[in-house]
Amino acid sequence: MNAVPQNNPGTLASGQFDVARVREDFPILSAKVHGKPLVYFDNGATSQKPQCVIDAIDHYYRAENSNIHRGVHHLSEQATAAYEAARGKLRGFINARSDKEIIFVRGTTEAINLVAQSYGRAFLKAGDEIVVSAMEHHSNIVPWQMLCEQVGAKLRVIPINHDGEIVMEEFERLLTDKTKFVSVTHVSNALGTVVPVKEIIALAHGRGVPVLLDGAQAVPHLQIDVQDLDCDFYAFSGHKMFGPTGVGVLYGRAELLEKMPPYQGGGDMISLVTFEKTHYNVLPYKFEAGTPNIADGIALGVAVDYLRGLDWAAVTAHEDGLLRYATEALGQIAALRIIGTAKEKAGVLSFVFDHVHAHDVGTILDQEGVAVRAGHHCAMPVMQRFGVPATARASFAFYNTIEEIDVLVRAIGRVLKVFG
Amino acid sequence: MSELDDLYQEVILDHNKSPRNFRVIGGANRRAEGYNPLCGDEVTVFLQVEDGVIKDISFQGSGCAISKASASMMTTELKGKPESAAHELFENVHNMLTGEPGSEGGGARVGKLAILSGVCKFPARVKCASLAWHTMESALKGEPQPAKTE
Repeated sequence: MNAVPQNNPGTLASGQFDVARVREDFPILSAKVHGKPLVYFDNGATSQKPQCVIDAIDHYYRAENSNIHRGVHHLSEQATAAYEAARGKLRGFINARSDKEIIFVRGTTEAINLVAQSYGRAFLKAGDEIVVSAMEHHSNIVPWQMLCEQVGAKLRVIPINHDGEIVMEEFERLLTDKTKFVSVTHVSNALGTVVPVKEIIALAHGRGVPVLLDGAQAVPHLQIDVQDLDCDFYAFSGHKMFGPTGVGVLYGRAELLEKMPPYQGGGDMISLVTFEKTHYNVLPYKFEAGTPNIADGIALGVAVDYLRGLDWAAVTAHEDGLLRYATEALGQIAALRIIGTAKEKAGVLSFVFDHVHAHDVGTILDQEGVAVRAGHHCAMPVMQRFGVPATARASFAFYNTIEEIDVLVRAIGRVLKVFG
Repeated sequence: MSELDDLYQEVILDHNKSPRNFRVIGGANRRAEGYNPLCGDEVTVFLQVEDGVIKDISFQGSGCAISKASASMMTTELKGKPESAAHELFENVHNMLTGEPGSEGGGARVGKLAILSGVCKFPARVKCASLAWHTMESALKGEPQPAKTE
């Protein structure tokens, strides 16, 4: 995130993260649930929004609302400028080379579908192989299965070990002349594993194979530099990085995007239309058919401003502290088993009990004000790998506190009391 | 807190811990699988129906305490009952779980199953409780597709 050292309002003089101060920026964090203070540990599903993001949406509809890239009138010019400025902020956020590599989409899912349907249908054929890992979210599995059905390609899966880490030797074995695409997650949503993506990219590029990274769970925790990663595509959602729902980004290397056909046809993605032939617009507009989600795109830019105003060394130390504290505290509960024990993890703690189903855990925690996700986390193959039907998942953000983890531990005590 | 106590009553916890009729009926002449795509709960209901009467009923699968207890209580309630009574009970239980007006507490129309009435205060858990019932209904009707709560 290339921290911009402004005055770092979220950092104490000691260099420690000032979590109490930062929590004030998020109005929902002072809410009560069932009469108890909300403990929001479902950040992996969606993060909360700071006041500045909420204000940006409000301001847009009050003062700027207009369609972009077409009007000559004042409001349209203003809206266009604000939307394109947001694109520039997102370029800076992931350190892409150019704004034309930043394609606004609805979210990570749409970004991956775009690549599968545009790049995949144009360049993959029968017998080719696509490699994903065993810990992908369904949205990094199903689009490739659909492509496989369409072109006759095959999906190959890199296994994971018992800690929830990619088995690199198996990946090397799967990489063959048939491999034409690799698509892996950067951070696992169900396990929290940080995947050694640079190593994966280097190996794939060694064979000339492009790599897409699903960054949905990575962007709220890690500083992303797509040039340093050397990935070909990077997909992420605004709502998991403290921005609004309904907007996300596909980063693509310009030379690949140039040769890819459009994903959808319509307005904005054309330069000239006749009934004989249509000429497509330049990047990034070639991939942005129809009126986009203007308000939320602008507000996502504001979320980026907010994040870049934080001291990321302090944020990272705070988040590492949360995960370490929670892992130790939950690790002391005899009946509880943590699923996902990779050496490198970010933000996620999945757990199960031998005798209590995750749903029952979720309901009882909720009564204590603690919001966790209970279920398969849209990663059913991960559940199958670990032989569990579902897990309870606490997923953290920088605005969470050690005290909130203590509340979680006490609430788990209540679960064990109910279920004896 | 009382809502939570209502949900996890002793009887429910007991059925979860020691589910009744939790077995396979080898030669079952009706059987269906049920699946809750939201949470991954799975249940298979087996029925032996003779002359319109449920001679035997059992279930297998994995799920939360609510889904397991509901399935377990369903089997004890339906064994020996005519098919028509099963359909009727399905309707009444469904109304109770979804909090249909006039179904408060279940009353005589659902018998012992009234103990599940606390579920309607937890909308996210209604499907857990109704999964086995949908599956039983689909088994009796001989529907080829797995039952879903959606």
